[in-house]
Amino acid sequence: MEKLIEQFSFGLFFWQLLLLVILLLVLRKVAWRPILNAIEARESGIKDALEAAENAKKEMQNVTADSERLLQEARMERDGMIKEAREMKEKIVADAKALAQVEAENMISQAKTAIEGEKKAAVAEIKDQVATLSLEIAEKVIKGQISDSGKQLKLVEEMVGDIKLN
Amino acid sequence: MEIPTILGAGLIVVGAAFGIGKIGSSAMDAIARQPEASGKIQTAMLIAAALIEGIGFAALFAA
Amino acid sequence: MQKPFYVRFLLVATFLLGFTAFAQDEDASSGNEQGSVKAEIKEFIAHHLLDSHDFTLFTIDEEKNTHFGFPLPVIIWDDGLKVFMSSKFDHGQSVAEVDGNYYALYHGKIVKTDAQGTINYDEEGHATNAKPLDFSITKNVVFIIAVSLLMIFMFRKMAKSYSGSMLPKGIGRGLEPIILYIRDDIAIPNIGEKHYKKYMGYLLTVFFFIWIINLLGLSPLGVNVTNNIAVTLCLALFTYFITAFTANKNYWKHIFWMPDVPVFMKIVLAPIELLGTFIKPFSLMIRLYANITAGHLILMSILGMMFIFKTWIGSSMSFVLASALSFLELLVAALQAYIFTMLSALYFGMAVEEHDDH
Repeated sequence: MEKLIEQFSFGLFFWQLLLLVILLLVLRKVAWRPILNAIEARESGIKDALEAAENAKKEMQNVTADSERLLQEARMERDGMIKEAREMKEKIVADAKALAQVEAENMISQAKTAIEGEKKAAVAEIKDQVATLSLEIAEKVIKGQISDSGKQLKLVEEMVGDIKLN
Repeated sequence: MEIPTILGAGLIVVGAAFGIGKIGSSAMDAIARQPEASGKIQTAMLIAAALIEGIGFAALFAA
Repeated sequence: MQKPFYVRFLLVATFLLGFTAFAQDEDASSGNEQGSVKAEIKEFIAHHLLDSHDFTLFTIDEEKNTHFGFPLPVIIWDDGLKVFMSSKFDHGQSVAEVDGNYYALYHGKIVKTDAQGTINYDEEGHATNAKPLDFSITKNVVFIIAVSLLMIFMFRKMAKSYSGSMLPKGIGRGLEPIILYIRDDIAIPNIGEKHYKKYMGYLLTVFFFIWIINLLGLSPLGVNVTNNIAVTLCLALFTYFITAFTANKNYWKHIFWMPDVPVFMKIVLAPIELLGTFIKPFSLMIRLYANITAGHLILMSILGMMFIFKTWIGSSMSFVLASALSFLELLVAALQAYIFTMLSALYFGMAVEEHDDH
């Protein structure tokens, strides 16, 4: 211990103190502050960049999701439109069919009534003609067979029977 | 006077060496058990060893 | 007993160890050879470990007192400032005369003497001559200045290389990880995220200062600044005063009036705690001093064994040992800087710690 105290050099202590203070102040100003600031700036820069990248990634995901959703919507809309169109088409077709049916039925019934009318008219005409014919025949028969009265009666009866058949 | 001083110095060295050895072996054990904490253990080990060493040197100079 | 010059030169050139800065005393001319070699080596080591007033790289011829080096200015306060060059001492061989006063070198210290340079001794063998206050630019001071300039140059360059780019260029590439290590593994864990910034300057400065100066001590220039108790005391005092001046109320409260213990214990604990605050920087001082001194002492003793054994087997043994020890010393140089910084950070952390849990 005495050796240590004996060895202690006050001059060296003084110089060391002075130089260390100067060194501390100078280095603080010219070195440590700029170096540490630069390192810190770099670190925060890296951190910011990482965060920005993360954000961009999220945004990207959002955008993708959005476009996906839009696409989905468009698809659904298209499907809806197609469906609607199909329905409309079917309805139109069905309507047209129903209309045609009704028209056809109308036409048929008209035709039927017309036919019926024609038929009645035809029958009436035929009856007229038959009556005329039968009158002519009767005339002829009467002219030809007037001698035989039995035969005349029989003929008239036959003719009347024929008319009934119609 | 000469011999007791030397003996004292020897005793100090033995004691300090034993202490530091013990710290070292414990630290090894701890690192083996928890390798993930090796950094912290090393720091604590160095501090403890430095403290013992300091006392050892102080005693050596006193001797 | 004089070794030829080339042996010494070879030694220096081969080992690149701190083995060169010396100025030996003349005491080896008589007695048996082995004993005088030992005495010479002992003297040599003692001189190497001391500060010196001139910058001697190596001694060329002891007898003719020729040294390779240059003198340094001597500044002493003895009834007024006196400045002269250390060449006046002629490596301790002559008495320097300044303004009618005579000064001589006695074991590396300047003492006041008469014209003949007589040294008076008391009965314990200590010199009783008056010792003027010595503010000389000694070899160690030169090295402190050199390291300071080197650091300023290096880190200024590094700081400038940051402008315009995010990464440092050149030397900063290697230094930046160390700075980051000190910040992330020493300062932040020990001091805490909130307060660490104001201590970073000191921690970085001290770490690099001790490390570089320890490494230079291992170089062939052979200047070991940190084995001077004055230097380590100065560093330790810095740590102590920074701790004391930045400490918060809690720190002092825990020292003088420990909470949560009985009053009697408070009174007992206060002086112990107070003593503890002094012991912490004291152990810092002693640790750095003793590690570096012990390292140099052992290294040089092993090298000195070469001259004692004088056989090829002894020399090669000490060569191998010295080489291994040099690598160990390289590690110690960094380790001591690390421990000093680490413990300083720990003490700062204690000073600013907030004890909310009490």
